[in-house]
Amino acid sequence: MKPLRDAFLSALVALGLFAPMVGLVTESTDHGLTLHARPVATAVVVALVFFGRLAMLTWRGRSRRDTVAANRRLAETVTRTGRYIAPVLLLAAVALPFSGSRYYVDLGTLVLTYVMLGWGLNIVVGLAGLLDLGYVAFYAVGAYSYAILATTFDLGFWTCLPLAGVLAALWGVMLGFPVLRLRGDYLAIVTLAFGEIIRIVITNWVSLTNGPNGISGIPRPTLFGLTFSMEGGEGTVSGLLGIEPATIQRVIFLYYIILGLALLTNWVALRLRRLPLGRAWEALREDEVACRSLGINVTNTKLTAFAIGAMFGGFAGAFFATRQAFISPESFTFIESATVLAIVVLGGLGSQLGVALAAVVMVGGLEMLRDLLSTLGEQMNSPFFAGVAGELPLYRMLIFGLALVTMMVLRPRGLISGRTPSASLGPSREIAAELVAEGRG
Amino acid sequence: MLTVSSLTMTFGGLKAVEDLSFEARRGEITAVIGPNGAGKTTVFNCVTGFYRPGEGGITLLHPDGKRFELQRMPGHRIAARAKVARTFQNIRLFAGMTVLENLLVAQHNTLMRATGFGVLAVLGLGHYRAAERVAMDKARYWLDLMALTARADDPAGALPYGAQRRLEIARAMCIDPVLLCLDEPAAGLNPRETEELNQLLLRIRDGGCSLLLIEHDMGVVMRISDHIIVLDHGRKISDGTPAEVRADPAVIAAYLGETEDA
Repeated sequence: MKPLRDAFLSALVALGLFAPMVGLVTESTDHGLTLHARPVATAVVVALVFFGRLAMLTWRGRSRRDTVAANRRLAETVTRTGRYIAPVLLLAAVALPFSGSRYYVDLGTLVLTYVMLGWGLNIVVGLAGLLDLGYVAFYAVGAYSYAILATTFDLGFWTCLPLAGVLAALWGVMLGFPVLRLRGDYLAIVTLAFGEIIRIVITNWVSLTNGPNGISGIPRPTLFGLTFSMEGGEGTVSGLLGIEPATIQRVIFLYYIILGLALLTNWVALRLRRLPLGRAWEALREDEVACRSLGINVTNTKLTAFAIGAMFGGFAGAFFATRQAFISPESFTFIESATVLAIVVLGGLGSQLGVALAAVVMVGGLEMLRDLLSTLGEQMNSPFFAGVAGELPLYRMLIFGLALVTMMVLRPRGLISGRTPSASLGPSREIAAELVAEGRG
Repeated sequence: MLTVSSLTMTFGGLKAVEDLSFEARRGEITAVIGPNGAGKTTVFNCVTGFYRPGEGGITLLHPDGKRFELQRMPGHRIAARAKVARTFQNIRLFAGMTVLENLLVAQHNTLMRATGFGVLAVLGLGHYRAAERVAMDKARYWLDLMALTARADDPAGALPYGAQRRLEIARAMCIDPVLLCLDEPAAGLNPRETEELNQLLLRIRDGGCSLLLIEHDMGVVMRISDHIIVLDHGRKISDGTPAEVRADPAVIAAYLGETEDA
């Protein structure tokens, strides 16, 4: 009976909380504000809390041993099926533009940008165990490097892309030198500050960056010198192929560029993991003192992680600039860093597939949820739902937050936890997440 | 080959080690013993570069005549260049990595050079493959010696305690040390494991690596040490062969407390 009582108490607390927050709604009419009561909505929320708490208690009531074993089994299943999921995802990614839908290709481009950022940050956070809350700084450096180089010196995308990466890496090293002696929370705070500093400098250095107005007219990428101009004719892709010029061609081209860049990030990260450098990153995450005793230069190793992570952030930034053709400091706020970090943590630190799945869910899923909710709202004609149906899309962040919390309760080490050894004598076996350190910066 | 001269290390107002001088000779097992808080681990941390001593010098002479002033070198260089390896009192393995990976990480510097510092190997260039094969062979050699081959692909954190101790020694040996510093290697081992450890340490010594050892287990110390240094309150109170040290009244006093007629 204890769970029942507990659930009842939770429901009581929920009633106290939600009676004013959900139960009462103000509406402005001609005579000023009027207050409406929403008993049904309140009852629904309180009932949700009651049953949710009950379900949680029953689930937790199972012996702990059971849950640990269940978790491990799930992890093994996920890893095993992961081998099939990855090629399927890749195939789907390659085939996506053939759907011909502008909406899906745009969404795919957005998702892939975050996948790439996630993979880049995964090197820093997942492998080296350095908590970086200012990853957006390198994204911004890459974007502005390309925008400024392209508009000032009239350089093309393909020339600027490596430059943007190198500049971002340089900033990574510059940030790294003073802060890498810090650990854990301190490192997180300083990287957070660094992200803000970059954004504020960009906002205020008007002569270089045009300040809050941003930079517009950033050139689009070309395909071996051919542009995707709408005029067609000489020097354009459509002119060469003899087809009608259309915006979708450029959109698809951009999609394949980011797909290529993301795959490059993945390839480099996977390759590095099996090399001494990647192994040293992971060792650093496990135990920094032991690394030092084995003659590993801790500072340099951390710097390389920072620089390589930053470089991919810079690539992604340059792509962002060329895709949008316009950038302003508003695109590089802390929420971007937080989203990318959430993708990495949710996916499972160090897991490439997990990060990709998390990005699909967090970025793509959120967009889909918005559409789903608005369609659902339109379907709900019954007067019972009056007042709720219209604002259903507003609840998407709430649903999403709830999903994230549930996810982290069920799988605290991320979607795909566990670690694949980088070398083995016999057949390689997964390492349970419980043994793998998360790093303390 | 390791000469510590007038070493002093203070923490705030506390003198952990005061004016300590001793020598560890090549091809010998030198043990540092003393009651708790005598400053043994502090000496170790100075030798392996984890602390920077306030005063005094620590000189290491390699068999090929190269000289290293350890008190001036950063920690990672002491392992990488001067080839001084160490283990820790509370085992510090890379728990989430496999046994084999632990041994490969120890060969980081050798492998790093072979990868052209990361750049070439990413592109599949350079002679990294050959270097990795050599590293794997060395890892396998130590796995066989430590009877860990069957568990090579298990995470280090899942090993039983005794095996973790052995692995930590194997990992330290993978940097090809000229001096191996062991901080209480027998702590927590059962008598059979302790005996195996003794054999292992003697074998390492006969392989040409000198050992510096902190140990509380007198069974280990007296049986395998060639030379013993006794510390108490940060000072050296005795220095000699096991037999000499055992007979030294100062040592007995430090361990058992002052006797009436002492």
